[in-house]
Amino acid sequence: MDNLQQIKHLYARAGFGLSFDDRKRAGNSSIKHAVNALFRASENEEPINSVPNNIDYSMLIKGDKDSKKQLLQMQRQEEKDLNIAWVNRMSTTDAVLCEKMTLFWHNHFACRTNNSFYAQQLNNIQRANALGNFRDMVLEVSKSPAMLQFLNNQQNHKGHPNENFARELMELFTIGRGNYTEQDVKESARAFTGWGFNKTGEFVMRPFLHDEGEKTFLGKTGNLTGEDIINRLLEQKQTAHFICTKLYKYLVNETPDEVAVTAMTDVFYKNNYNIKPLLEFVFTAPWFYDGRNIGNLVKSPVEFLVSLNRQFYITYQRPEVLLQFQKVLGQVLFYPPNVAGWPGGRNWIDSSSLMYRLKIPSTILNGGLIDFTGKADPEEEAYIAANRKQQQFVNEKVQSQPDWDKFLKTVPANVSKQEIAQFILQPQITKTLSIELSNAADIKTAAIQAVSTPEYQLS
Amino acid sequence: MDRRNFLKNTALASGAFMIPAFLKPLEALATGSLTGYKNLVIIQLSGGNDGLNTIIPYGNDIYYQKRNTIAIKKPDVITLSDMQGLNPALSSLKEIYDQGWMGIINSVGYPNPDRSHFRSMDIWQTASESNQFLTTGWIGRYLDSNCSTCKNPYTAIEVDDTLSLAMKGSKMKGIAVEDPNKLYQTTREPFFKELVHDHSDANLSEDNLGYLYKTMAETYSSANYIQQTSKTYQVTGQYPATAMGNQLKTVSKFINSGLQTRVYYVSLSGFDTHVNQQNQQERVLKIYGDAVAAFIKDLKNTGKLDDTLVMTFSEFGRRVEQNASNGTDHGTANNILLFGGKLKKAGIYNNAPDLSQLDNGDLKYTVDFREVYATLLDKCLDVNNNQVLSGGFKGLNFI
Repeated sequence: MDNLQQIKHLYARAGFGLSFDDRKRAGNSSIKHAVNALFRASENEEPINSVPNNIDYSMLIKGDKDSKKQLLQMQRQEEKDLNIAWVNRMSTTDAVLCEKMTLFWHNHFACRTNNSFYAQQLNNIQRANALGNFRDMVLEVSKSPAMLQFLNNQQNHKGHPNENFARELMELFTIGRGNYTEQDVKESARAFTGWGFNKTGEFVMRPFLHDEGEKTFLGKTGNLTGEDIINRLLEQKQTAHFICTKLYKYLVNETPDEVAVTAMTDVFYKNNYNIKPLLEFVFTAPWFYDGRNIGNLVKSPVEFLVSLNRQFYITYQRPEVLLQFQKVLGQVLFYPPNVAGWPGGRNWIDSSSLMYRLKIPSTILNGGLIDFTGKADPEEEAYIAANRKQQQFVNEKVQSQPDWDKFLKTVPANVSKQEIAQFILQPQITKTLSIELSNAADIKTAAIQAVSTPEYQLS
Repeated sequence: MDRRNFLKNTALASGAFMIPAFLKPLEALATGSLTGYKNLVIIQLSGGNDGLNTIIPYGNDIYYQKRNTIAIKKPDVITLSDMQGLNPALSSLKEIYDQGWMGIINSVGYPNPDRSHFRSMDIWQTASESNQFLTTGWIGRYLDSNCSTCKNPYTAIEVDDTLSLAMKGSKMKGIAVEDPNKLYQTTREPFFKELVHDHSDANLSEDNLGYLYKTMAETYSSANYIQQTSKTYQVTGQYPATAMGNQLKTVSKFINSGLQTRVYYVSLSGFDTHVNQQNQQERVLKIYGDAVAAFIKDLKNTGKLDDTLVMTFSEFGRRVEQNASNGTDHGTANNILLFGGKLKKAGIYNNAPDLSQLDNGDLKYTVDFREVYATLLDKCLDVNNNQVLSGGFKGLNFI
C-alpha cells in the first residue's frame, strides 16, 4: 500500500476524512510522523461553551403559563445551539482525533437530558478525557449531573437503592454483560447511594443518604464507596477487553479480530487505562492498514455530514438544517435512542436513509431544495400536543455555501477526475463509476458524483 | 374486460356493506387471486394516548372521581357496554363497532413499564423486555424469519418518509414509502440508475459495500414494483383530508392494487396531553377515528376487509388521576384497538381496567402486548411467533 492510501485511511478513521489541504500539509511523512501530528493537533482542544448558564428554574416555580412557555422555548433553542456548535466544531477543527474520540465516548456513555447545560458539561468531560485516562473519565461521567439524573442515581438512597446506574455502569460502560451477578448489581448500587448533584449542578456526596454498611462486590468485601466499585471494575482485565472490542469496531472493523483486540487489551491494561498509548498502538499496527479494513466501515450520519462539510468547506445560512439531516438519517447528537447508544454499522442503512444519503450531497453542494416530513421525535410530543401542531412538513431551501474556490485551489494540478474521486472515496472505484466520471462536465460535477455514491457512505 | 377491471367493477357494483350471497364465492376468489395474502395494518399513536378517555369506563364512579374536569360526561359517551363507551370524537367508529368489525383489548402492557416516550416506544417496537435493548424491531425480525413471502423489502411498507425501528431486522428491512411516485422519481435519476446497473461488479459481495449496493438495488426495484402495481388502482372510497386520511388512502391503494405486502405501518402523533387534554385529544382522536372509519368502509366495499387486520397501539396509557393542568401524565397499561372483517371475538375482549386496584396510581396490565403480537404473527402473518418473539407467548383468541 502506498503512503497516500495509508494516510487517507488514517485520517478516515482517526478523523473525518482527508482533504486535499490536509494532504498537502501531511506531505509524504511516515505513518509514525502523521500519527504524532494528529495527537499534537489535539493537545489544546478547548471545551464547547455554547450554553452559557444553567437554566433559571425560578421561571418554573413562578409557574405562570408564559414563563413556562418561555422556558421550554429556551430549552429547545439551547439544544439546537449545542448540537450545531458541536457539528461546527467537528467540521472545522484541526483537533480531529480529539473530536472523533469525543464522538466515540458520546455514544459509549450515552445519555439524554433536557438540560443543555448538563449535556454540554458531560460532552466536555468526554472531550477533556477523550485522549486521557479512562478511569478519570468514568469517575467524572459518573459524577456528572446529566448521568446522575439520566440513570436515577439522584434517587439512589440508603435503604431504597435505585440500581439503574450500577447496572448500566457494568453492563454498558465497563465490564460488559455476563461478568457480574445480580448480587453484584445490588451491592454496588448500595455503594453509590448518596451520589447526587445540587441546584447549581455540582456533584455532592450526601452522607445522610449513603449506606455505610459492609458490601461484597466482585469478591471484595468492606465498606465500599462508589470510587471503590469503579476501581474494582477496572482491576478486571475484562473491562479493558470490553472497551478495546468496542473501540476496534469503531476504528478498525465491525467484526472484531480476537488477536488484535487481545493485543490492544494488553496495551490498555498495562498503561493503566491511558487512552493515548492504546490509540498510538492501533494507528501504527500493521493490521490497521490491512486491505480488509480499508473502506469497510459505514459512516454514522454525523460522520457522513462532517466529512462532507470538511471536504467542501460548507457553511450553512440556516444551520438548523443540520439537525433536520441528523433526524432524517437517524442520529441526532445528544439524543441517543437509549443508554446503549446508537447500534451503528449496517443499522444506519435502510432504503430511505440510503436514498437520503445519496441525495443530500448534491442538494447541499448545489444549494437545492429538500423535503423533510418524517415523524416527530417522541420527546417532542408534548410540544406538538401543546401547540396543536400536526406533522411538520418542511420544504426548505438548504441555503448552504460550499467554498468551491477553496476546494478547487487545493486540488493538485493535472490530476484526472477519476483520481480526484478516488482521493475522496475509500473503496476502489468501479468501472461504471469511472465511466460516469469521465463523462462529467468538470471537476466540480465529478466531485459531486463521487460523494453521491454508496462508496462515499464508507470510511 | 380484463379480470382486474371486472373485479373492480363487481366490487363497486356491490356497493355498500351487504354483498349478495351469490357474489361471495367470487369475491373470495378475487382476493385470493390478487394477492393471496392477509394484510396487517399497524397504526401507532405517538405520545402516549390516554386510553381511559378513548374507551371510557363510564360505568365506574372512580373514573369520575379521579378526573374532575377532564372526564367525558356520561350523556356524551357513546355507549358500547354498560361499563365502557367511546369518546364522542370517535363517533364515526360506532357504525364499524356495530358491524362487528372492531375489537378492544383492555389493560395491555408489560412488566416493569417504562414511562419515557422513546424508551417505551422502543420496547413496543422491538418487543423487548423493559430492561433489554434490542436493535431489531418485531416486524423486522418477522422479515428475517423464514417466512415464505418475506424476501422483498416491500413485504413491509411504512407509509412515511423514514423507517421505524419496528420495521428493521438484521438481514431484512421494510421500506418507507410516503408517495410511490416520489420514491420512484428519486431512484430514477440517471446517475443512480447507472450505479444500480453496476450489479455484476464485485460489489455485491457480503461486505458493507455489497450491502449498500444490495439495499440500493432493492430500493430501485421495489420503487418500480410499488409504483407500477399501485397505479393500476384508483381509490374510490372517500377519505378525510388529513395526513392520516391520506396515509390510509395510500394503504388502500396498495392493498387493492394487489401489492404483495403483508404489513403496513402508519403513525399519528400529538397524544402527549399534559395540559388541557380534552380539546387536543379529541382533535387527534377525531382525525384517527374518521380516517379509520373511512378505511374500513373502503376495504369492505372492495372486499378486502376479511383479509385485513388493523391494530392500533400507543407507547403507554396515562395516569388514572388527572393533573393540575387539566391534563394527564405518563402512565402504563392501555387499550389496543383492532379492526377487521373476521374478528373471532369482536367488541370488548376482556374486562374493563380495574380502577380500584392501581399500582401507585397506574393501571395494572393484564395482557402482555407480546401476546397480541404473537396472535398476529401466528394467525395473520402465518409464521410461528417463536421465530420472532422470545418468551413462548401463547397468543389470544381475537382472530
